[in-house]
Amino acid sequence: MTTLSDPPKSDFRIGMLLSDTRYRSYTFQFIALMAIILSVSYLVSNLLANLDRLGQDLSYEFLGAPAGYDINQQPIPYNSQDTHLRATVVGAMNTLIVAFLACVTATIFGVIAGVLRLSNNWIISKLMSVYVEIFRNIPVLIWLIIIFTITANVFAPIAEFRIPRDGSDPARTLIFGVMAFTNQGVFVPRLTFDAGGMFVFWTFIASIIGIFVYKSYVKKHLFATGKELPFWLPALAILVVPTLVMYLVLGRPVGVQLPEMGRFRFEGGLQLRTSFIALWFALSIYTGAFIAENVRAGILAISKGQTEAAAALGIRPGRIMSLVVLPQALRVIIPPLISQYLNITKNSSLAIAVGYMDLTGTLGGITLNQTGRAIECVLLLMLFYLTISLLISLFMNWYNNSVKLKER
Amino acid sequence: MAQDHSTAFVRTQEIPPAPPPPGETGAVHWIKTNLISSVPNAIATAVGIYVVYWLLSGLIPWIVNGTWVTNNIRECREVLAGSGGGCFSVLTERYAQMLFGFEYPSEFYWRPSLAFALLFFAVPPALFPMYLPRWMLIATGLYPFVAFWLIWGGTILTPIGALAGVMVGYYAFTKLDKYGFAAALGGGVVGAWVVWQAFGMIAGGMPGFIALEAVESRNMGGFMLNMILGVVCVSLSIPLGIVLALGRQSSMPLIKIVCVVFIEFVRGVPLITLLFVANVVLAYFFPPDSNIDLILRVIIMITMFSAAYIAEVIRGGLAALPTGQYEAADSLGLNYAQAMRLIILPQALKISIPGIVNVAVGLFKDTTLVSVISMFDLVGMIRGPILSSTDWAGVYWETWAFACILFFVVCFGISKYSQWLEGQLRTDRH
Repeated sequence: MTTLSDPPKSDFRIGMLLSDTRYRSYTFQFIALMAIILSVSYLVSNLLANLDRLGQDLSYEFLGAPAGYDINQQPIPYNSQDTHLRATVVGAMNTLIVAFLACVTATIFGVIAGVLRLSNNWIISKLMSVYVEIFRNIPVLIWLIIIFTITANVFAPIAEFRIPRDGSDPARTLIFGVMAFTNQGVFVPRLTFDAGGMFVFWTFIASIIGIFVYKSYVKKHLFATGKELPFWLPALAILVVPTLVMYLVLGRPVGVQLPEMGRFRFEGGLQLRTSFIALWFALSIYTGAFIAENVRAGILAISKGQTEAAAALGIRPGRIMSLVVLPQALRVIIPPLISQYLNITKNSSLAIAVGYMDLTGTLGGITLNQTGRAIECVLLLMLFYLTISLLISLFMNWYNNSVKLKER
Repeated sequence: MAQDHSTAFVRTQEIPPAPPPPGETGAVHWIKTNLISSVPNAIATAVGIYVVYWLLSGLIPWIVNGTWVTNNIRECREVLAGSGGGCFSVLTERYAQMLFGFEYPSEFYWRPSLAFALLFFAVPPALFPMYLPRWMLIATGLYPFVAFWLIWGGTILTPIGALAGVMVGYYAFTKLDKYGFAAALGGGVVGAWVVWQAFGMIAGGMPGFIALEAVESRNMGGFMLNMILGVVCVSLSIPLGIVLALGRQSSMPLIKIVCVVFIEFVRGVPLITLLFVANVVLAYFFPPDSNIDLILRVIIMITMFSAAYIAEVIRGGLAALPTGQYEAADSLGLNYAQAMRLIILPQALKISIPGIVNVAVGLFKDTTLVSVISMFDLVGMIRGPILSSTDWAGVYWETWAFACILFFVVCFGISKYSQWLEGQLRTDRH
């Protein structure tokens, strides 16, 4: 005969805090919480004691004070009488500019090198391996300084572009009449916007969006009816026609200003300073080597059977690439590519080594040294980079979810 | 119907393979398929050959015509007289500064050199455990203490005390292991701490006992500083990274949140900002009268930085293990510490080793960033004391080439090792 007994009553005993797995995690977390609170309060008390000893406080009022220093690259108007806050914003914009441009060029370098490394031409693939290995295994800071030194020492001084007094031809002239490589930077034409120029610019942006809209319409039409609409010609028309019409209707408000040699220096045009060129190029070529490896891995990851299967279905070679191989390769390539973009953004802080005035140069460099507000400046600096990183990570998660294989 | 096979010819031996037709083998065929298989390919070959020619035509005269014996750049220019050679005398003249910094006493250069040479005895047992006997790992274990003593100097009691503390702690850990992991860990830490305190007092009382002359941390520089930072920070960050990775996988929300916030924060900011913290902020968080030198603060921040990256690599390794391994450990009745130590971590770490090596290479390259906060590592030495001296201002190609070679040799070597190890660790090969 069996007797049913009640399950043992779970009286709570103190010992169960350690021995019972149900409660043990609370014990550990409590201990951890205490440890965190203790160490944080220890650090904060040290901080307060140190601040008190030095007669300092924590405040962000210095951001409103005049900065008193110049920034040599100003995407928005700025002079030395503006506030530290404005200097910070200028620095942040400079960071974003160089990071964005470097992402674009690094991708181009990386894709070219990655594809060429798989080329069946022995010399080319070996050259690309040498490029990738050399750039990946030497610190980016050294590359940055080398490229900066080269641009500052190997390019011609501006004086050589000057027209001599006797009216003879200068030692050097502009390349194609539009560009000049000098030891103070590269001079390129700049776009000038008169009244109404912004309308042309926004029309152009709208046209680019229009192309994407048209592309999705073409795709929808193809899926609905099985008929393929022409894409490239209409896309070209969408890109050019509205902008051109706007440009002519508004009376040609957008012009190109070429750099011209004045008496002592170049006037007009856009000066890309040596520090900017060096940082841009160093980040691009260094990260390009990493991207090349990602691209190569992505292409190698697609098995040959995919290409052969598509060919067996009678798909044309060009479409095999665009419809079968690339979408699968991109799924492998894009996540590491985005983390390389993240690395570029973070590495752009090396600007301080060559004097490019990015956020680290303004907020973390001169503002910090002038005001002595080390904690506040470094905290702001970190928050800026952290925000960018988190935004890029969010985008990456969204992308990963959207390309995830949909399995049923 | 029967057939008469009597006259049939049956070959009893295999026909020896015929040589491939001419034009399908040898150098000519190789060139045909690899270099000039089509018109675009031939153009690419021509471009490639031109690039190689262009590189070599600059490089070879630079090396061959270079001078190694002059005293400054002006003499260099006279000797070279526009031959395109390099002024390598800067290397013969200043190599010691580039390797050891300009403040390390020159009569003690043998000490870091010996420490570096010993590295070749200490590291192989850890890198190639499949070829070398296990007892050689003792050399690896002793190395940090020997190297510390050689580089920093001071009484031998300091490293001996540190070593004794570690051994006592380990002994206590093994003895207490049967009472649970937490007890063993606590016992080990307490044991080590007691020994360290004791030896600290003894060493303080006898600073001259078998002593090498002490060298201050701030006198470290050159490539030695890069090596010290790289080796120390990577070794310290591996245990920290394991703890962070386990914490991030933990089911306890508080622990998990703390680890996630730490990892994501550190990974989200550039190393330079962390070095700024080490340089100007960290001192605020130490007790007011303490005086912790810059190199130690930098080691703290770089260790935190690389620990976050290593934690992510190890998390990848943990996630790659099949759930069955965790369940098998549970079903054997192992508790968390046992399951991790005996089942999970050995496998997860094995998967993570190539990733950890990549982080180590990246970190070693990043140690050059300390030159931004005016420490004189290799980059700092070249930019500062060497290129701004009147003797060698302008000798940038030679000095930077030297720096490139040093970093390339180390980083390329490590990454080749990592690739080789990846092949060795692949157990699914048949």
